[in-house]
Amino acid sequence: MTATEAPPAAALPADPPVHKPSVRKRLVPYWLLLPGILWLLVFFVLPMVYQASTSVQTGSLEEGFKVTWHFQTYWDAFTEYYPQFLRSLLYAGTATALCLLLGYPLAYLIAFKAGRWRNLLLILVIAPFFTSFLIRTLAWKTILADSGPVVGVLNSVGFLDVTSWLGMTQGDRVLATPLAVVCGLTYNFLPFMILPLYTSLERIDTRLHEAAGDLYARPSTTFRRVTFPLSMPGVVSGTLLTFIPASGDYVNAELLGSTDTRMIGNVIQSQYLRILDYPTAAALSFILMAIVLIMVTIYIRRAGTEDLV
Amino acid sequence: MGALVGWFRRNFVVIAGLGTLAYLILPNVVVTVFSFNNPTGRFNYAWQEFSLDAWKDPCGVADMCGSLSLSLQIALWATIGATVLGTMIAFAMVRYRFRSRGAINSLIFLPMAMPEIVMAASLLALFLNMGIQLGFWTILIAHVMFCLSFVVAAVKARVLSMDPRLEEAARDLYAGPVQTFLRVTLPIAAPGIAAGALLSFALSFDDFIITNFNSGNTVTFPMFVWGSAQRGTPVQINVIGTAMFVIAVLVVLAGQLVSNRRKKQQH
Repeated sequence: MTATEAPPAAALPADPPVHKPSVRKRLVPYWLLLPGILWLLVFFVLPMVYQASTSVQTGSLEEGFKVTWHFQTYWDAFTEYYPQFLRSLLYAGTATALCLLLGYPLAYLIAFKAGRWRNLLLILVIAPFFTSFLIRTLAWKTILADSGPVVGVLNSVGFLDVTSWLGMTQGDRVLATPLAVVCGLTYNFLPFMILPLYTSLERIDTRLHEAAGDLYARPSTTFRRVTFPLSMPGVVSGTLLTFIPASGDYVNAELLGSTDTRMIGNVIQSQYLRILDYPTAAALSFILMAIVLIMVTIYIRRAGTEDLV
Repeated sequence: MGALVGWFRRNFVVIAGLGTLAYLILPNVVVTVFSFNNPTGRFNYAWQEFSLDAWKDPCGVADMCGSLSLSLQIALWATIGATVLGTMIAFAMVRYRFRSRGAINSLIFLPMAMPEIVMAASLLALFLNMGIQLGFWTILIAHVMFCLSFVVAAVKARVLSMDPRLEEAARDLYAGPVQTFLRVTLPIAAPGIAAGALLSFALSFDDFIITNFNSGNTVTFPMFVWGSAQRGTPVQINVIGTAMFVIAVLVVLAGQLVSNRRKKQQH
C-alpha cells in the first residue's frame, strides 16, 4: 500500500537531500492513516457522541425525543438497575477467575509439555471458534438438561448442595440458574484466556526453570517465583479479554438463565430493541462503559503492565 | 493410595489441561452427535433416534441457507475492508513518526477495550438519529469498524518483529520503493495480514451482539440461530455447526502441512 502513495522513483536526476524528505513523502503516513481513522471517527467516535446526546434526551416514541439535558436519567437508570449491574460484574468476575483457573494448566501444558502434540492442541483450542458460538451455547442446554448425566453426576457427588448453599443453583437443576450462566460465560471466553497465556508462557526461556531447579527450588516454588511472574502479561491481557466482553454479554443469560439471572446486557438490549426507551438504554450503556473502563484502568495500574497491545 | 496421589500430583498439569480441553470440545461433540438426531418436537435438545435426514437435506429449512450465504458475503466484504484499512494503519504506525501518534493508538485500541454492547448501542443511536435504514450496509459498516482494530494489532505485531535492515539491504541493491515493498516488505508481513484477515472473517461471521442491534429485519446466520432458540431449533443448524468445525480443522491442518513442507524444502 505504501507503493501507490510513494513518489515515482528517480523522477529527478538530482539526489533529494536525505534529512529533509519532501512534503509528499512526509504526508505518506497521513494518507495511510486517513481512511481507517476516518472510519473509526465516523462509526466509533461519532456514535458515542450521538449516544451521549440520546442519553440526555426526554420524550416519547410518538412525539419524538429532544435534548433537554435531563441528567436525572442516569441516576434513575442506575438506581433501578443496580442489581443487574452488580450481577453482571459478579458473573463476569467469577467467569474470569474460572477461565484463569481452567485455562492456565492447558496453556502450560501446550507451552511446555505438549512436544509434538503442541500444534494439534492449539488447533483444538481454536477450532471450536468456527462453529457459531450461539450453536455451541445452545448445546449447553442439552448438556445441562435437568435429567441429563451431567446434572445427575453433579447431584450425586454433592456438588449441587454446595452450589445451592452458595446461591448458584436451586434444588437439583442447573439450567436457568446462575451456575448455568457462569458456566456458559466461562466456556465462551476461555479461548480468549488460553491464547494470551500460551503466548506469554511460550516466550519463557526454559533454562530459567532449570536454573531454579539447580538452586534447589521445588517445582511449586519455581512456578510461584519464576513462571507465574513471567506470565503476568498473558494473565493481564487474558483477564481483560475475558472480563470486558463477559460483563456486557447477554446471550448466555438469555439462553441458559432465567429472569432471575438477567445481566445488564439483557436490560440494555431490551430497552433499545423492545421497550424502545432510548434515553435510559443510552444512559445504561454509558454507565456500563464507565464502570468497565474504571475497573480496567485500576487493574492495569495494579498489575503494572502498561503496554498491552 | 499414596502411589495414586503421587501419580496425580506429578501429572496434575496434564490431567487438568486435558480436562479443560474436554470442557472446550464437549459442546462440539454434542453438536455433532445431535446433527444425527431425529427430534420429535420443535426443539433438538433431547436424543430421540439416529437419522441422516438433516445431513441429506441441509438446506431443507426455510431461510437458513439464505442467512448463511448472507453471513458469508458480509464476512467476506468486512474482511476485505478491515484488512486493507487495518494494514495501512499498521504500516503507518510502525514505519513513521508523526504527531498525535498516541491519540491514534488509543483510538485504535479503544474498540477492543469496550464491551461490545456499548459499541452496538451507540451505532444504533447514530443510525436512528440520522434516519438510516438498518440492513446489509449498516451491518457491514459495523463489522469493518470492529474488525479493524484486530487487523491493526495482528499486522503491527508482525511488522514490528521484522528486521528493518532487510529493506535497507533491498534498497542498497537498487530496488525502488515499489519493488522493495512488493518483493520484501509485503511477503514478510503476509502472515500477519493473513492472521488479521482470518480473524476478521471469523469475528464477522460469528458476530451476534453488534449485528443484533444494527441489522433491522435482515437475518444473518447468527440471527437465524438466535431466532430458532425461541421458535424451535432445526437439526440442520447442528449440521452446519458440524460442517463448519470440520472444514475449519481441515483448513488449519492443510495450512500446517504446507508450512511443514516449506520448512523441509528450505533445509
